[in-house]
Order: sequence, then C-alpha cells, then structure tokens
Amino acid sequence: MDAIILQILNGLDKGSAYALIALGLTLIFGTLGVVNFAHGALFMIGAFCAVTLSRLLQISHTVIDETQKDFLGNPLQVEVPYIYDIFGQATGDVIIDWAVPISILFAIPVMVLIGVAMERGLIKHFYSRPHADQILVTFGLAIVLQEIIKYYYGANPIPTPAPDAFKGSFDFGAALGFDPNTIIYPYWRLVYFAFAAIIIGGVFAFLQFTTFGMVVRAGMADRETVQLLGINIDKRFTLMFGLAAAVAGLAGVMYTPINSPNYHMGMDFLVLSFVVVVVGGMGSLPGAVLAGFLLGILESFASMREVLEFLPGINQIIIYLVAIIILLTRPRGLMGRKGVMED
Amino acid sequence: MLGLDKKHTNLLLLVFVLTLLAPFILNPFPEGSGMAQFNAGYPDLMQRFVIFGIFAIGFNILFGLTGYLSFGHAAFLGVGSYAAMWMMKLLTMNIIPAIAVSVIVAGLFALLVGWISLRRSGIYFSILTLAFAQMSYALAYSVLTPITGGETGLQPKLQDPRILDGALEAGASPKANLFGLEMGSSFEWSVGSWLFTFNVGYYVAAIAMLASFYLAIRIFNSPFGMMLRAIKSNQQRLNYTGLNARPYTLAAFVVSGMYAGLAGGLMVAMDTQVGAERMFWTASGEVVLMTILGGAGTLIGPVLGAGMIKYMENIMSKINSTILHEWFAFLPDGLEDFVVTLIYPFIGKGWHLTLGLIFMLVVIFLPGGLVEGGQRIAKLFKRKNPSSDTPDGKTTPAE
Amino acid sequence: MSKMNLTRRGVLKTGAIAGAGVAAPTIFTAQSAAAFTNEPTGSSVTLGFNVPQSGPYADEGADELRAYELAVEHLNGGGDGGLMNTFSSKALQGNGILGKKVEYVTGDTQTKSDAARASARSMIEKDGAVMITGGSSSGVAVAVQALCQEAGVIFMAGLTHSNDTTGKDKKANGFRHFFNSYMSGAALAPILANNYGTDRRAYHLTADYNWGYTTEEAVRTSTEAMGWETVAAVKTPLTQTDFSSYIAPVLQSGADVLVLNHYGGNMVNSLTNAVQFGLRDKLVNDKNFEIVVPLYSRLMAKGAGANVKGIFGSTNWHWSLQDEGSKQFVQSFGTKYGFPPSQAAHTCYVQALLYADAVERAGSFNPCAVGEALSDFEFDGMGNGPTLYRGEDHQCFKDVLVVKGKENPTSEFDLLEIVEVTPTSQVTYDASIFGGELGACNPGA
Repeated sequence: MDAIILQILNGLDKGSAYALIALGLTLIFGTLGVVNFAHGALFMIGAFCAVTLSRLLQISHTVIDETQKDFLGNPLQVEVPYIYDIFGQATGDVIIDWAVPISILFAIPVMVLIGVAMERGLIKHFYSRPHADQILVTFGLAIVLQEIIKYYYGANPIPTPAPDAFKGSFDFGAALGFDPNTIIYPYWRLVYFAFAAIIIGGVFAFLQFTTFGMVVRAGMADRETVQLLGINIDKRFTLMFGLAAAVAGLAGVMYTPINSPNYHMGMDFLVLSFVVVVVGGMGSLPGAVLAGFLLGILESFASMREVLEFLPGINQIIIYLVAIIILLTRPRGLMGRKGVMED
Repeated sequence: MLGLDKKHTNLLLLVFVLTLLAPFILNPFPEGSGMAQFNAGYPDLMQRFVIFGIFAIGFNILFGLTGYLSFGHAAFLGVGSYAAMWMMKLLTMNIIPAIAVSVIVAGLFALLVGWISLRRSGIYFSILTLAFAQMSYALAYSVLTPITGGETGLQPKLQDPRILDGALEAGASPKANLFGLEMGSSFEWSVGSWLFTFNVGYYVAAIAMLASFYLAIRIFNSPFGMMLRAIKSNQQRLNYTGLNARPYTLAAFVVSGMYAGLAGGLMVAMDTQVGAERMFWTASGEVVLMTILGGAGTLIGPVLGAGMIKYMENIMSKINSTILHEWFAFLPDGLEDFVVTLIYPFIGKGWHLTLGLIFMLVVIFLPGGLVEGGQRIAKLFKRKNPSSDTPDGKTTPAE
Repeated sequence: MSKMNLTRRGVLKTGAIAGAGVAAPTIFTAQSAAAFTNEPTGSSVTLGFNVPQSGPYADEGADELRAYELAVEHLNGGGDGGLMNTFSSKALQGNGILGKKVEYVTGDTQTKSDAARASARSMIEKDGAVMITGGSSSGVAVAVQALCQEAGVIFMAGLTHSNDTTGKDKKANGFRHFFNSYMSGAALAPILANNYGTDRRAYHLTADYNWGYTTEEAVRTSTEAMGWETVAAVKTPLTQTDFSSYIAPVLQSGADVLVLNHYGGNMVNSLTNAVQFGLRDKLVNDKNFEIVVPLYSRLMAKGAGANVKGIFGSTNWHWSLQDEGSKQFVQSFGTKYGFPPSQAAHTCYVQALLYADAVERAGSFNPCAVGEALSDFEFDGMGNGPTLYRGEDHQCFKDVLVVKGKENPTSEFDLLEIVEVTPTSQVTYDASIFGGELGACNPGA
C-alpha cells in the first residue's frame, strides 16, 4: 500500500514536469498551428536562466590568501562575491542560496522576450509552410540554441541547488499513520508539484476567464472569423507564443535543483513531450495535462522492483507502449479534435 | 533505356557517372595541401555517402510520395544490421546472404510496424513509428543484450561458428567479402600529388545504390507511384472513389523499410560492427532531415541531403584549431588569432552549430531543399528555357 | 587482390612521388609499399586522437584532447618534458618517436559506436594514422578496438571501465591503461566494510547496459564476500534523467546502503536525486544510511556539486596524489592550462607516452612489434606506482584509488580526497575469468 502511494506521488511529480512542457507545446500548436521542435530548447534555456542568475550573483573578485596553497603550490586565490561587499556576508549568502526561486522573476521577462522574438523573427514566416518545414527549421534552431549554451557553459551538468530551507524530505508515512520513513518525499519536489499546479491552473484561468483568453480561444477555434470581426489575432497569438515560452522556461528554472541542468536536457525531454502531447490529443490543453500526469504515473509504476521482476525491461518502453495502445484505441489520443494534424 | 523516358535515363546516367567517378570528384585537392582536409574520397566516407543515400531514397518513397512522415525508420536500418551481422557470425562472411537476410528481416519488421501504425495518419502515425523505434532501441541496448550485444554491440569474433566458411588461417581475422573479394581492399592510383582510392566495398555499395535509385525511378513513374501521390494529395477523395488506400501505403512502407534494411546490411558489410545507437530517435530524425534538406519528393534530393549531412559530420568535425592556425598562418599574428577565434566555434567540436545553421538557412531560403537551389542556379544559366531540366521536374515540398 | 588492404597515405605525403610532380600515372598497391598499415616513411608520424567532442561527454573529451596535445608537445621535445622525466623507461628522447616528429589528427566520437568508427576509419584511411587512442565509454572503446584490429593499427583505449574491453572483447591490437569494474569492486569492498561494517544490506541501482551489469556484479560479489547482503538490484534505463521513482522505494526495502552503478549524466542525476530524498540523513537498522558510487569521475562529480560529500567511490587517478609522477603531471598540465587534469586526461596522456615508448623500444611502428614491447611491460613513474601491462589481456595492473567526496573543498577542483590506495595484488585477477580471445596481432598489409 505504502509503495503504491509513494509511486502515485512520484508519478504526479514526474507528470507535472511533463504536463508543463506539453502545455506550452500545445499552446503553440493550438494557437499557431506550428510544430515547435525548439520547445525543449526553451525549457533548457529556462534552466540556464537559473544558472546564469546564480553565476551573476556570484561574480567575484579575487583575494590572495597567503596561508593556503592551490594545486600548483602558489598562494590560493580566494573568490569573494561582490554581493558580500554590498549586503554583507550573511545576507549575501541568503541571496545566493535563494538564487533559483529568485530566477523566476528573472526568467519570465527573458523567456517572454525570447518567445516573442522567435515568433516574430522566424516562426511567423512558417505558418503557411508544411509541417515538415516547420520541424526542420525549429529543429535547426534547437541545435543552434543548444550549441550556443554549450559554447558558454560547457557540456557537463552544472549543480544548481535548491535553497537550504527546502533540503531534505517530508515524511508522509508518519503523517498518514504508516511507519516512519516508508513514504518520504523531498520538499523541493513537492514545491515543484505545487508550482506546476499553479501555473497550469493559471494558464487555464487566463484562457477561460479573461477577455484576452476568450479571444484567443475563439481564434484557436476559427481564426478567420475572429479576424473578420476586426480583431488583431496575430498580435495576441504572438503573446501566446511568449506565454508558452515562459511556461517552458519556468518549468526549466524550477527543474534545476531536481537535476543539474546541461545543454542537451531539452533534447532529452523533446521526444517525451511530443509523445505526451500526441497521447493527450493534438490541440487539446486538458488532454496534454492529463496525458502528462497519466504517463508520469505509469512510468513510476513501471519502475517498481515488483513489476520489473515480472516484466524485465518494461521500464524501458512503458511510455511508448502506452502511447501505442492509446493511439490504437483512441484514434486522436485522449482528447484530440478531429482533423488536426491528421494529414 | 531500361524502360525509362529520356529525362530519367539522363538522370540515371548522371548518377551512374557521378558514383563511378566519385573517387576523383571527392578528392579534388592534392595530398598534403591545406585543402586536403576537405577531400572526402576515402573509402569509409564514400561508402557512407551511398549507404545513407539508399536509406534516404527509401525513406523518400514513403514520405515523398505518400506524405506519411515516419519517425522510426532507423529501427529498420538497425534490425537489418543485426540480421546481417548474425548471418556473418553464423553462416559466412560473404556479404550476399547477410544483405539478402537484412532486407527480408527489415521488410518483415516493417510489415508489422506498418500494419499497426498505418491505422492512423498525420502526427499520430509519426508518433506510432517513433514509439516502435524507441522501443527497439531501448530493448536492444538493455534486456536484449544477449542477442544484440547491448552497449558494446556485435562484431565478428574468431570463435564464431561461420558454418559455410572454412577455418581461418592462423592469425587471420574474419573479414567481410564477396566470394573472396574483401570489402576493405582498395586499389590506389596516384597521379602527381593526387591519390585516388578505388575501394571494393564502395563499388559494391554503389552498385546497390544505383539499383535502388533505378527502382525508385520506376516506382515514382509507375501507376503504383501515381496512386501513392494520390494518397498524399487527397486521401479522402481516393476513398470516395472506392479505393482502399491502406494496401498501397503499406506496400510503400514495406518497400521503404526494405531499403532501410538494405542500407543496414550494407553498413555491416562495409564496416563489420553494429550497435543499438543506430536505432535511436536521432538516427530516425537524421534521415528525415536528409530528405527534407535535399528536397522531399524529388529523386535526387535525398541523396544530396544524405551526402551533405555525412560530409559535415565527418569532415567538419575533424578540423581543429591547429589546422585553422596552419591555414591562416599567412596572416599577421594578431589577425590570424582573430580569424581563428572567429571561425573556431563553427568547426571541430562546433560542427553541430554549423549543421543547425545550415538547416535553418536551407529551409528558410530554399523551401524545396538543395534541389531547389540547384534549379535556381540552373535557371540563372538557362533563362531562355525556364521550366525544363530539373532532375525530375517536381519541387512540391512534402507535408 | 585480398592483399591490397587499407591505404597508406603517409607514404605518399612525403614519398618520392610527391616530388615527382605531375608524372605519368604511377600505380602501386599497399603490398609493394609497406610492411604494415600506414607505415610512416617521411619525417613525421601521425597519431589519431578520437575523443567525444559533442554529446554529454564533450567536456571529458576536451580534457582528453588537452592531455594529448600536451603529450605531443612533450614527445616533440617541447615544454618541461612532463612524465618523460619520471617515467622509468628512458627510451624517449624528446625528439619525436624514432626521430620522427609527432603530428596528430582529431575526431569526434559523439560517444556513439558508429560515429567513433567512422571517425577512426577516416583517420586511418585518409590521414594515415598509425595509432588511434581516446574515447570516453566502453561501447566506443570496444567498437574502435575491433576496428583497429581489422585495420592493423594499435588502439590505446582512453576512458573505458567495463570488464569487456580487456575481457570478452579483448583484441591483440588493443591496450587499456584504465582500470575496470572488477578492480573497482575489489578495491572498494574492504574499505566499505571497514567504514560501514560487515552486516550491511545493500540496494543496487544499475544502469541497464553492459558496463552497469559488470560493475554491479563486481561490487556485489566483493561486498557479499565481506558479509554484506544484497537486498535488491534494479536496472534503470540509460535514457532516464529523473531517478525519483527508483530511489523512493529504497528505504521501504530495509536496505541501509544504496549503490549507484551509474556513470556520467546518470550518476550525477541519480546521486543528486538520492541526496534530495534525504537518504543520507536517515537511520536504518540503527545505522546511518550510506550511498556508494563505484566509479567516480571528478568532472562528473562537479556536476553533482555538494551532493558528493562523504560518498565513497573508486577512481583511476587523482591530481592530489603525492608521488613524483603525479606531481610532475599536475605541474605540466596545470602550468599549461591553469587547472588540474582529470583522470581521463591522465590516462590518455599516459597511453600516448606508453605507445611512443614502446615504439622506441621496439625500434619500429609495426603494430606487432609495438604490441610485443607493451606486453608484460613493467614501468613506474607514471602516477600510479609500479604498473604491469599484462600480456594475456593487455590490461594494466596498478594500484586503485578509493576516494571520498571531500567535506570542505577549497576549490572547484578539490572535490575528492583519497581514502586508500589499494595495492595491485588485491585487484589482480586471472586473465581467463572473463572469456574472450586475444587473437593474433594484425599489422594490416
């Protein structure tokens, strides 16, 4: 029982990352009809916003410490962050410690800007082009973005820890009356789940309850009619692209303490997020979120020791197997609309 | 000739001459000169050009004609490779049974995958094929290790049975051959400071490529090919005329899977090694990129695209900063360093960046791929006669 | 016909024909020109450095390449001579190899067998390389080693830790300086027993491919021999990035040690996740919960940041070693590049020097002669203490370092501290236990 609860928790947490990325991908696809292979790269850039900010906060000047030696036997050069000079060491440490949450504020404008620039500068010219061309150009862009990051940050993962306050894990077992230590879950992952829930809820509320959202939804359903009504739908769609980029970027920022970011993390997520979107049904936002959580939970169950003893290797293929089964039983995924991306 | 019209005969002849003379064409620079870095006329790369050419031609039969975008074609290549390798280990190092079996096994696997995946269309089809390929990769890398060799892959071993071959001489290792003619053997011809290599393996692969190319032309021009185009342009209308499109698409899928299997078998024949990475989604993506980059739906496009990507991968990645410094050594020191720093991010370990930029530039400025580029240049020179003389007169970008 | 094997361009580059200008077409085959593949006939010799330059191991590859460039500089008589000063064999003169200036070509393995072989073949066929070296994974090492055997050149393996490289996939033309899974297990087990006791219950997470299997097997056998119990071993996919669903059930199983048989990106992520779950703060069976990483790499440990603190593992070499060879190498490398070398850099540098030395001692570049010179060669002064290149399987036997993540690092390079240097005798095994056949050396032509 406790093992099952644990894996459901796990699945929700994994699923929240999938759902966030799939949500952004579907936003772009649903509004603009563009297959964006650079979406994984946006997730990665979001993560590197956090890396960049924590580096910025730690820009240092060196002080030579004669009492210590470096590896060549020369006097050690100790790096002192400027932020110590400004706020004093104690406050400075707190700020550096909280770099990841602070990066959210930094990442939102950066990601919206990148998203809008991408849409205006490149994607705009590809609306009427075949999907294959869209795939090629966005894939090319993804490689370029990835290589730029690699050029500046190297290929190795860069540790970007969560604030100390969120270190360690919460013991659900004790809280729910099981034995202690049976159901523990790290605080930061719980934060990630809550954060994802807020973002997903926020995007849905925005689309559902604001005039802007209403117009966008109308545009998704019938772009031409909305334009005939004299509404500049293009401008709104551009903003939606920015919003989708920001969602992907924030998913990346918050993901950094879970796994150290590296330049190819976007590619690692790309295929998976496409599977999620398609299983959810092309163009369906609730479908994408639902599929994200569903696949997250199934993946977690497939990795259980008891399951693996019974079906060795199932953890390798579960996502794809489920995708095949769902697509064969439900032709347009869980909640897809008829006629979208079917030709 | 050979049942082709004049235009296609010319195209086939052109490709024939190009492949025949590839050792000269790809080695334009003399040995030892700074530009020799750009020579591609060595056996390995020439073999790869034609093998990936076959792979892309086959992919294009499916994608270019029917518009079905398979994202899992590398699985057929990989399965074909494994089949060929097992033939070499069990039966004989002669490449004929290996290649025959690789085509058959890949065809059967394609039949299974196609039969299931073609129940859906558009992106749903793409994801189904991707799912099959990823499952093949993941299983081959892990639980199927006893069959596939997993991480370290398969190579011929001294102690393999090879029941049709005689015992090896002492000290000899098993080598892929065609009735005794080794794939690795080459004939070298040096003219002045040029060196041209004529490799047996390359010509074997080139013959296979020409045959594949010829078959592709025949398919493109056959009633079957016409039916496939009809599926691409409007499947619904085709259904209303009472035709069932599925058998045609399935046939195209299987044929293209067999092309991939042939490519896989040839890869093993030329370089006796197979690993699971060959089936990873990036490998499937690569053939998609090759086809679109060259020009989907055209006959020669996929071959050009394959050549372009393989050239970048093998030549650009080998240029390092030392070589750059040698090239620009004639410049004054400061300027030399500046130029090298400027170029350095794009070559050597940065070759991916250049590749990405080329993808973007081609697709932005040449929607029909490299073939369209060729046509535009041709037009510049033949302004009076604008519409003819394109490789197959067709540039519709595929969807 | 079958005698006309792989090409040898080195001949041509500097041969008489080059000077002849556009003479009448001269036809010659390999057979008439040279005794073995790519025999260097001019005033220089070309080595092929085949390292990952793209993909997840690109930084490791970059460090390997730095080491090779340093080795070439030293071989050609530049710099401070590096390990040539401390190396027990004094055959190298600093005038290249056999008087020929050392030149090199580089390539990108992409950490994929196919790409690595393509790159190596281009070095052999196009650039006339007489030796290939480098790489950062066992899949690549085994693939390229098999190629070099076929082509008739020497392969000096870079970073490869699987037993297979010199076990079931060993080849007469291939040589490995790096240690392997078996040695990691044998070296770690006694230290683990000393520090954590002999009645531990271990839970293994294993990367689901050959290297993972051999590493799990090695650690398992040697810890079980110390009295540990293995509670469970779960295989994780190579492509996994988030290991939470594998780590979460660990505590429920009653295990009190978690062994992460992961390398590279997998290791960074699984270790980060395990520490996130707070496993190390827990008390199980009245013992502190511990984590073990059998194979450490400093470059990768950097990616896991503070999470490595206090965690045991093994490594081939570390820059903080205080023997003459290590100090010399750190000095040369650090002076040139400004930071200490990684173990990948060390093993690659040493391999390059060992090859050059073997050629000098053999008096020929012929792979068979070089192979003979390397087989059962004993040397010292290369940073690992007295070392033997065993003839039966072409594996180096030397001391193995057991290290621990440092609690108070003084710099970004100072991540590991050496706990114990396990002597060679303890990690030596019988060459036949992994099967495989070395075969005969192949000189190509």
